[in-house]
Amino acid sequence: MMRFIWPLVAFLVLVAFLYVGLGLNPHEVPSPLIGKPAPAFTLPQLQDTAKQFSAQDMKGKVWLLNVWSSWCVSCREEHPVLLELARQNIVPIYGLDYKDKREDGLGWLERGGNPYVLSASDTEGRVGIDYGVYGVPETYVIDKQGVIQYKEIGPVTPQNLQNKILPLVAQLQSK
Amino acid sequence: MKRLFILLLCLMPVLAFAGEAKDIAEDPVVEKRMVALAENLRCLVCQNESLASSHAELAEDLRKEVREMIKKGMDDKQITDYLVARYGDFVLYNPPVKNYTVLLWFGPFALFLLGGAGLFYQLRKRRRSVPETELTPEAEQRAAALLNDDKDNQA
Repeated sequence: MMRFIWPLVAFLVLVAFLYVGLGLNPHEVPSPLIGKPAPAFTLPQLQDTAKQFSAQDMKGKVWLLNVWSSWCVSCREEHPVLLELARQNIVPIYGLDYKDKREDGLGWLERGGNPYVLSASDTEGRVGIDYGVYGVPETYVIDKQGVIQYKEIGPVTPQNLQNKILPLVAQLQSK
Repeated sequence: MKRLFILLLCLMPVLAFAGEAKDIAEDPVVEKRMVALAENLRCLVCQNESLASSHAELAEDLRKEVREMIKKGMDDKQITDYLVARYGDFVLYNPPVKNYTVLLWFGPFALFLLGGAGLFYQLRKRRRSVPETELTPEAEQRAAALLNDDKDNQA
């Protein structure tokens, strides 16, 4: 009987590792930017290119930076969620229109609705690189001191909004 | 005239191909260093491809970034640090030894040692459980006779 114990234990350990490991999403790479100041940038605004938007202007506010694009398929999935969040007026959402042509971005907002206070045009994707963007959409929760507190990779769903983002926003706003 | 036209038509794909290769930088030294660096970096979009071989748009942008950094005279470490600061250790195909990578780096050796120890222990136990029997003189004689007999038959 004893001779079967060790192989069984080894097998169970392997199963446990595989169970956890295969359940992880390999596309969710932890961002090294969490807990670090949000990289500074100044970009022209999408709707009014004469005006600029800087991440530094947002000091003192808790805000969401949502990286989106007109060519991004999953953005369509998250769009109604963002529109609903914007309607509730809990936290301002700013957009980063990533590697997109201006007219395409504008067209997409016109057709799908605009949940953003404003969007910044990152046509070259340089700011995207500074933020470590690798899969649009991505959403950053940035606190009053301008520190990135959370990053959502992929579309924001009602579940992770309720479970993670909104409790975190509330906690950061009360600070 | 018509022939010339056909000839030009035939040459068109060649021209198109030449146009596509433009992305590769003018400077072969920069290009070589960029490829050497990018081969050890992971493309985050298609995760099992290196930055050097990936066709993802982000990989193209990052190759451009790396080229520019090389031209600025940054050394290899500064360039990889730049990417690690943005995308994390995950971009490195050769992950650094840190407390959360200890299992990754030394786990296989630990398993090997554990297995070796287990095997050693089992073998020793088995040797003890099969006692070596001393042969009686008669038995030894019989064995010798049998062995000799065998030799004779063969000869």
